Parts: sequence; C-alpha cells; structure tokens
Amino acid sequence: MLSAVEHSAVLHAAGVHERDGGAVSAVGVSRTGAVRVDAFAEAVAVPGTALACLQTANHEVGTLQPVAEVAAACREAGVPLLVDAAQTAGRLPLPEGWSVLTASAHKWGGPPGVGVLVVRKGTRFRSPLPEDEREGRRVPGFENVPAIVAAAAALRAGLAEEHEQERLSALVDRIRRTVPRVVPDVEVIGEDEDRAPHIVTFSCLYVAGEALLTELDKAGFAVSSGSSCTASTLRPSHVLEAMGVLTHGNIRVSLPRGASAADVDRFLEVLPGIVRRIRQEAGVSS
Amino acid sequence: MPYSETAREEQPRTPSLTIDALGKKCPIPIIWLAQRIGEVPLNAVVAVLADDPAAYTDVPAWCRLKSHPHVGTYELPEGGWSIHVRRNY
Repeated sequence: MLSAVEHSAVLHAAGVHERDGGAVSAVGVSRTGAVRVDAFAEAVAVPGTALACLQTANHEVGTLQPVAEVAAACREAGVPLLVDAAQTAGRLPLPEGWSVLTASAHKWGGPPGVGVLVVRKGTRFRSPLPEDEREGRRVPGFENVPAIVAAAAALRAGLAEEHEQERLSALVDRIRRTVPRVVPDVEVIGEDEDRAPHIVTFSCLYVAGEALLTELDKAGFAVSSGSSCTASTLRPSHVLEAMGVLTHGNIRVSLPRGASAADVDRFLEVLPGIVRRIRQEAGVSS
Repeated sequence: MPYSETAREEQPRTPSLTIDALGKKCPIPIIWLAQRIGEVPLNAVVAVLADDPAAYTDVPAWCRLKSHPHVGTYELPEGGWSIHVRRNY
C-alpha cells in the first residue's frame, strides 16, 4: 500500500506488483498533499499487507509527509515501511522509523544513475533483480564505483554548505508570498511551512501550463508544469488530482543549489505580465 | 475522491445553462464557465459538459477558488461528465 501522491517510479513498481497478481491500495491526501495518517494506519492494518510506501516530501508540491506517525502505525501493524527520501536526502535530516530507505544521487547534485538503497537490519529483503553473488545479492553486475564515490562527494559537499537549505527555503517563501499578490486568480499549492526547502508550485486559472512554460523559457526560466515525469501522457498530474487542486496552469519551480535572490526577483517580475498576456490571448479578463 | 466532499446530496436539477465543452482541453471548459456563469440568475445551475480528464478536478477546484458551490458531477453515457455549478454571486 502507498499514498496516492507517490512518485510515478513508485507507482510503476506497484503496477508491476499488480501485474504479477498482487494488490495495491492507495491512501488519499489532504488539500495540501499530506497523506491522511488515520487512513494510512487503517490500510496498513489490513491483514496480508506486505509493504507500505511513503515519500518524505512530495516531488511536485514539496509537502512533507508525516513519516514518523505513519512509521509508528506500520510498526504496530508489523508491516515494513519503505521511505522514498529522494526529495529530501541531503537537504533535511532523514526521518526515523523506516525499514527500507531509497534516495537518488542526482537529486543532491551527484551523478545520475546512482541510487541509494538502505535496508535496516532485521528487515526481510530480497532483490527483485536477477541474483548474482555481488553486494549481498542486492545488485547484479559491476557497480560504477567512480560514480558512487562522486555521489558521496556531492552529498558531503552539499551538507558542508550549512545554510544553503535555509536560504533556498526563504526564497521559496518569497515566491509563495509574492505570487498571490502580483498574479490574480492564482493558487499556491502545498504546505506553507512543513515543506521541502526547494520546491514551490502554483496554478494560474485560465492558463495552459504549456503556454506558461514556453513564455517562461523565453524569459530564461526552466520550470516544470504538472507532472514532469508523466507529462508526455497528457494526463493531469496524479498528485494535483489527488489533492483536488487545479491541474491546469500549473508551474513548479525547483530552486537549484546556488539559485540567487536576484533570479527569484526577476522571475517574480516577469511572471505577472506573462500570465496577463496569455489570459488576454485566451479572451479572459481577470 | 476530493470532489465528493463538496458534492451535495441532492437530485441533479435541471441546469439553466449547459456549456458544451466536450472535446475541449482544459483550461477552455473553465474559461467558458467563468465567461458565462453571469448569464444565469443567482442560485441557478450551470452544467459544464467536458471529457478532458483535467476538467473532472479543475471545475470543482474553480468552484472552491471562486466560491461558487459545486453541486455535483454526473457521468455522461457517451463518456465525460456533466459538472453542475450553482451561481453564488
């Protein structure tokens, strides 16, 4: 079982389990994207539940998940908990209570293709991959050791920049507070405080997300819309759907390490005019 | 589903205006709804017919943002939904 707002990578793994004859249940979320702890506890207590999955923070809206409370419910039900820490590893302390933890090096500035899998002692674990004798039968084939060392070096370098996450979080705060003041008919999405430091998402009424992306790109900003990982399917983002918030006109800003306050200010300067122009072209007066 | 929280327990009442946005991608159904809701009397119902999956979430979300009650969402036999909105102001 999992939350309805997990990353598509987790949902696809659940889909494989279903194709193999297993069952998957998804627990809904609040308007801000936080999983409902009561419903999660209820679902995990269903007899026969083999594994629960929960992200540390949502990848589209940044909302932190109540991992500690969910972990307590899993412990009580005797169900192992997989925590997907991809959004917060290297940015925030790891939460407690997981049985298996995953993360991805490229999210903290390491090389792509390096993942982290931590299996707590005492957790029953068997790799779904073909077995060979390496790495305790967890990963077949030869590891890319230079990339793994680079991932560790990038993590260390990131952690050494003590105040970078606070600085990014303050810039996200600036975007969250400014956008509703300068753009009419906009909804800033996700938790105000309990959120990842670097992600902010908002939706503009009456505007196509693709049009916003194109115009912002011309202005020099590479942002995302809806679900970056499934954008090609033309389905609305499953995260925004589960939250019951606007799925169109959606913009996600992910601040990279070193993003400057001047860039954020320029973004906030150009955004209102771009939204106004697109609305005018669509015949909307706001 | 989040929309069901705002849906009212009542019979679908005959809409005063039906906006046919079948085949139109979001945000067009919502643009048309915003442009035309003023044509019906206060408390009358507007039906938006739409089959873009985004409309299923976005029309109720528009209702919440613009403080017009979302009366209900009803499946159409030919696919898509009739999404009923009550004009509040």
